[in-house]
Amino acid sequence: MSEDVAPHTHFQYADARHQADSAIAGMWLFLATEVLFFGGLILTWIFCRHWQPEGFTAGAHETVLWIGTTNLALLLTSSFVYALGQAAIEVGRVRMLVWCCALTAGIGVVFIGLKLLEWHIDLDEHLWPAAARFKLEGGEAAGGRLFWVFYFVATALHAVHMAIGIVAVAWIALRARRGDFGAHWHTPVTVVGLYWSFVDMVWVVLYPLIYVVGRLT
Amino acid sequence: MSQTVTATRALSYLEDGKTLRSWLLTTDHKRIAILYALSITVFFFIGGSAAALIRYNLITPEGALRSAETYNRLFTMHGVIMVWFFLVPAAPVTIGNFVIPLMIGARDLAFPKINLMSWYLFMAGGACALYALFAGGVDTGWTFYAPLSSNYAQGHVVAVVAGIFISGFSTIATGLNFVVTIHRLRAPGLTWYRLPVFIWSFYATSVIFLLATPVLAITLVLLSFERIFHVGVFDPRIGGDPLLFQHMFWFYSHPAVYIMVLPGMGIVSQIIPCFSRKELFGYKFVVWCSIAIAVIGFFVWGHHMFVSGQSPYASIVFSLLSYFVAVPSAIKVFNWLGTMHKGRIHFNAPMIYALGFVGLFTSGGLTGLFLAALAADVHLHDTYFVIAHFHFIMVGGMVSAYFAALHFWWPKITGRMYPETIARGAALLMFLGFNFTFLPQYILGYLGMPRRYHSYPPEFQVLNVLSSAGASILAAAYALPLFYLTWSLFRGERAPRNPWRATGLEWTTDSPPITKNFLVTPTVTSGPYDYNDPHTKLADV
Ligand SMILES: [Cu+2]
Repeated sequence: MSEDVAPHTHFQYADARHQADSAIAGMWLFLATEVLFFGGLILTWIFCRHWQPEGFTAGAHETVLWIGTTNLALLLTSSFVYALGQAAIEVGRVRMLVWCCALTAGIGVVFIGLKLLEWHIDLDEHLWPAAARFKLEGGEAAGGRLFWVFYFVATALHAVHMAIGIVAVAWIALRARRGDFGAHWHTPVTVVGLYWSFVDMVWVVLYPLIYVVGRLT
Repeated sequence: MSQTVTATRALSYLEDGKTLRSWLLTTDHKRIAILYALSITVFFFIGGSAAALIRYNLITPEGALRSAETYNRLFTMHGVIMVWFFLVPAAPVTIGNFVIPLMIGARDLAFPKINLMSWYLFMAGGACALYALFAGGVDTGWTFYAPLSSNYAQGHVVAVVAGIFISGFSTIATGLNFVVTIHRLRAPGLTWYRLPVFIWSFYATSVIFLLATPVLAITLVLLSFERIFHVGVFDPRIGGDPLLFQHMFWFYSHPAVYIMVLPGMGIVSQIIPCFSRKELFGYKFVVWCSIAIAVIGFFVWGHHMFVSGQSPYASIVFSLLSYFVAVPSAIKVFNWLGTMHKGRIHFNAPMIYALGFVGLFTSGGLTGLFLAALAADVHLHDTYFVIAHFHFIMVGGMVSAYFAALHFWWPKITGRMYPETIARGAALLMFLGFNFTFLPQYILGYLGMPRRYHSYPPEFQVLNVLSSAGASILAAAYALPLFYLTWSLFRGERAPRNPWRATGLEWTTDSPPITKNFLVTPTVTSGPYDYNDPHTKLADV
């Protein structure tokens, strides 16, 4: 194993494998904290919805379904593409990894672009919950505002995670182009992949909460 | 783990780089521990100054500071600084950071760069909080209850909350580092049941860091949104729920109590066997009690809300679970006593501090049971009884344990011995001053003096003056180590590798250790408390 030790291994590790496993464990633990972060938000969301079902339903009907759905499809595709890149580097195909990362980051940018467009539409429609002239009125106004508080907090937090993910994936692409990764060592590719898939999964949970549940009732 | 590091001449970590840059960009866990220790000492004295002013105000019934507004800002500042910028990080980021890799025979933590990043996050969070507190402060109390904090409070709520949010991520990073390190970097032969209780305690603490802090983070995000835009999920006018804030807040803040005290339990579990020259009594019980406390601690948060109007059925369950969580804590107290039983006890300064921890923690824990009782809590809720209760655990208990650890590992950290006689005096003075300050507060609370009031009826004055007098003794006791420990850095006797003849891998390496901790990775063949030398006399005892 001695040829493994030199380039990528910090001195507290026995070998590159030992270090790689630890890094992946660290990312899983970080994702556990993220589950509790978004979990707290989703729990309060469900709790508030329970007390204000009409307002939440009315609020949800105002969301832009086509953008949310397109973004869901985009993110699932991006995770698939990134996974292709990961499979490629495991057999040493560096160019394939670079292309997959570029495509993944590109899809991420499109996601954020669509998100900005969606926020723009929402604001035009007077759906900002603190607006003096809020779109919904009467009995649905209070719960509707509450729904839109959750909507903006959740989508903004998710967008911040997306932005960090795009930077991370772009960084992987640059390092791959520099020739840092090969079939034997590509821990950062795996670690960033875990993060990207997680951010994708968060959207998979937020999507029904925002766009679907209200429309079904 | 079979790498061997070759060094031409073994430089200690303190000599390995003298520039400021070599400190500020270090990834050595020992140097980062020092950076953290300096920072939290500053925060401790800022929070302590606020406490001194609180006690000064309460000398006269009408309030010596005259302004209730100022008083509100002072106790908020005291709470915020002491909880998030001293007690929560204190033992993990300093003592834990320094000792954990040494104790498990590792050369560093798993993620040294993340360790350094956590210090910068901590400093950034601290800067936010200090800015807010000195630019006018906040008058919500450290609990930030909505809708007071979101709609009515004066001052820089968002800045303080942002500071706590950022420093929360620094503790998450530390917890993550510890968990991975303890899983992955143990020396050969160091099985789980050969780990010192210290490691188990910090492991349990780290798990709480990871699982509780994110919930506080999202709560603070929602609170800030409501504060900035005047609409939010804790606002009853649009169907939100202020009690929701309390549930979310205490879901973090009750486990945070165990973040603060579990490290103390780990520390005294190292010190008491060493200075009793006996194996820790009931090792596996202590270990699993730490885990039990961490787990049950997540399900008792509602005991802070008995009078808030939450469902009485919920209150009954929370009350019962709060009794349950006291059981493993009590088991540990008996284990420490059992360890000392028929031991050859040496009253060195770390031992005196550790015994202070046991006594004050027991008192604070037992009065916690009063508060966990539904009927008694109606009377005692939000009185000085509560203040005395949690100060006994956090200040009496945890700060004593922190000083115990500081003295115990001081020779390892600095390579110098502290002056023993004056240190013993300081330890006794701290115990005395603490009781003098907080015992009267139990009585005040029982008689009905509410917390967070700037003035009080004249009949409470005698007890308040006693408490303030005690606080001045306590302040002197906290200032003493600052002087004699600093003095020892320059004039203290050179420390040998193992001045206490203690067990544990950290004592097998140099004092102070070399940058890479061990020249050859150690192999462990026995349990953690192999004190089979009951007749050993410690030097200078
Ligand atoms: Cu509690």
